[in-house]
Amino acid sequence: MTAPLVEVRDLVVRFESGGMLRGPKRVVHAVNGVSFEVFAGETLGLVGESGSGKSTIGRTILKLEQPTAGSVRFAGTDVLALEGRELRALRRRMQIVFQDPYGSLNPRMRIGDSVAEGLEIHQLVPTREIPARVAALLGEVGLDPSYARRYPHEFSGGQRQRIGIARALAVDPGFIVCDEPVSSLDVSIQAQVLNLLADLQRARGLAYLFIAHDLAVVRQLAHRIAVLYFGRIVELADATTIVSAPRHPYTRALLSAVPVADPDRQHARIRAPGEPPKPTAPPPGCPYFSRCDHPEKSPRCTSELPLLRPINGSQAACHYA
Amino acid sequence: MTAPPLLEVRDLRVAFPGERGDGSAHPVDGVSFRIAAGETLALVGESGSGKSLTALALLRLIPPPGRIEPESRILLDGQDLMTLPEEGLRAVRGQRIGIVFQDPMSSLNPVYTAGAQVREAVTAHRTLSAKDAKERAIALLAEAGIPDPAVRYDSYPHELSGGLRQRVLIAIALAGGPDLLIADEPTTALDVTVQAQILELLDRLRESHDMAVLLITHDLGVVAGRADRVAVMYAGQIVEEAETRRLFRSPGHPYTRALFRAIPKLETAERLVPIPGNVPVPGRWPDGCRFHPRCPEVLARCPRDVPPVAEAGPDHRSRCWLVADRGAG
Repeated sequence: MTAPLVEVRDLVVRFESGGMLRGPKRVVHAVNGVSFEVFAGETLGLVGESGSGKSTIGRTILKLEQPTAGSVRFAGTDVLALEGRELRALRRRMQIVFQDPYGSLNPRMRIGDSVAEGLEIHQLVPTREIPARVAALLGEVGLDPSYARRYPHEFSGGQRQRIGIARALAVDPGFIVCDEPVSSLDVSIQAQVLNLLADLQRARGLAYLFIAHDLAVVRQLAHRIAVLYFGRIVELADATTIVSAPRHPYTRALLSAVPVADPDRQHARIRAPGEPPKPTAPPPGCPYFSRCDHPEKSPRCTSELPLLRPINGSQAACHYA
Repeated sequence: MTAPPLLEVRDLRVAFPGERGDGSAHPVDGVSFRIAAGETLALVGESGSGKSLTALALLRLIPPPGRIEPESRILLDGQDLMTLPEEGLRAVRGQRIGIVFQDPMSSLNPVYTAGAQVREAVTAHRTLSAKDAKERAIALLAEAGIPDPAVRYDSYPHELSGGLRQRVLIAIALAGGPDLLIADEPTTALDVTVQAQILELLDRLRESHDMAVLLITHDLGVVAGRADRVAVMYAGQIVEEAETRRLFRSPGHPYTRALFRAIPKLETAERLVPIPGNVPVPGRWPDGCRFHPRCPEVLARCPRDVPPVAEAGPDHRSRCWLVADRGAG
C-alpha cells in the first residue's frame, strides 16, 4: 500500500470564546479527535453541517490554525512543527481554495498580479517569464488570458472562483483544500467549477480535501467521504457506500434531508429532529444521541462514546451500526 | 381556472435608474402569475433572476430609487394594491400577506426578545390585553414548532439557533392570520437537516391555516416535494410555468432542461452538464430571447426575435421559440 500524502492523527482544536464584556469565558470544542488520510490523486470529501468543525480541520492542516493536540503530516513531514522558511516551502505544495471568491482576492490588485503572487514569493520562474506563466494558468482554468489586466470587480462569482483556483495552481501544489468552493455559486455555474476541479485533478494528479455541507455536491468529486458531526468523524467509507449503504444514523438523516429534484421520489420523514448540541457544552457519550432515531439506542450511548470502528468495508462511530 | 385567484400579478415591472443616468433597467420585466387560495406556487431562479424583487414588489416594498412601473397590476382578491394608499397597504402587509425572509438574524431586532417581537405583530392589527397578547404570542411560537415556547418567549435573537430564529419569523408572519405567506429563500441559510424541518413546518401550516404560499427559492430540489405549481424565472421574466410534476417530467424550456442536467444528484457521480457562460447582470438583458447566449438549442431567430409565451401543454407555458413553433406546426 502506498504511503498517504496527508496524514491527520487525533486532531483536537479548542479555543476560548467570550470573556470580558462578551459574557463568561467558554471553551469551544471545534474538533474532537479526528484522524484520516488523503492519498495522492484522491479526493476525500469532508461533509458536515455548521459547527461540525469541517473548515477548522482544513485550516489546521495548512497550519493556518494551531491545534490543541494531534498531528498533521504531509509526505511524511510533520507540518505543525515547521516554522518560517520551511513552512513557506511546504505551503508551496499545499494550497487552499475558499468559498468566497470575493473575500479572498485583493480588490485593488489586477488578477494577473494576484495569480503571479505565489510564483514571485517562491521564485518559481524568472521574472520575464511570469506573464506567460500567468496566461497559461488563466487558460488552464478556462479564462481568457487577456483578463490578467482586469480587477476582481469586473468578474462574476464563477469567474472569481476560477481565478482563486488559478492562484492556488500557480505554485504547482500536490494537494488542495477546497473549502466550500461552490456553495456561493448559482447551480448553473457550480457544475462548471466542479467539472473544472475534476479535470485539473486528472491532468495534474492533484489530491483534494473537498469540504462542503452539501452531500450531493461532495458526491460529485469525492472518492471517499468522511461525515462529520460535532467535531468527530461519525462515518468514513467510499462515496458509493456512504450514499447507498450508510451505517450511521446521522448519515442516514443527512441523506434523507438532501432535497431531491424529483416529485415522485420524496421522503418526507424528518430523521434528525432538533439541532446539534452547543460546541461549548459537549454532551456525555455520543453527541448525536439527542437527535438519534436508531431503534436500539440505549443508555450505553450516553455513557460510552462510540469510536470509529470498521464494519463491512465502512467505518462508523455507533454502538449499533 | 374556475375560482378567481387569491393573487393575480399582471405585467409586473420593477425599474431602477441606469448606471449612467441613461434611462432605466428592469430587473423584473413583465412578470405575470396567479395563486389560488391554499395553493403553493414556487418561484425558482438563480441570482439576479428577479425572484426576490418580485416578492418585495407584491408588498410594494421596493427600496428607492427603484420603483414599480405604474402599468403593473397586483390584484389581491380583485383589489389593486398598486392604487391602495399607504394605510391600506399596512393592513395588507402582515394581515393578509405575511413574509419570511432568508436571513432571520437581520430580520429580527437584536435588542428585543423573540416574544416581544411576536407580541408586537399580534397587537399590530387588533387590540388585545397585555395578558392575552402574550398568550397569543406563546401560542404562535408553539405553532411554529419552538420547544418550550414560554421560556423562549424571553430569549433574545442571538441566544437562538438559526433554525429557531427562522421559526420566530414564521410565528411573526402568522400573527395576522394571512391568506398568503411569501417565503423568500426561507431555508437557504440553514443546515440541511434543519431545512427539512422548516419546509415540513411550512407545509403543515399551509394546511392548518388554509394559506396560500409563494415559495421563492434557487433550489429545484426544495420545490419538488412541496409546490403545486412552479414558475421558473430567468433574466427578470418567467420563462416557464407548469404544474410541478409536469414541469419535472417534461420541461418545455431549454433553460429548465439545462438546470436539471446541472444539478448534482446523490445517486450518481456522472459528470454534470453545466450551462455555459454567466448569469446575466440584472437589467442588462441580451436581445431577443434572454437565454439565447447560453442556450444549447438556440435557433437562428433567437438572438433577434423576442419569443412569445407559448402553450407547451395543459396549463403549461414556455417563453421559447421551440415551443411556439411546435404549437404553430
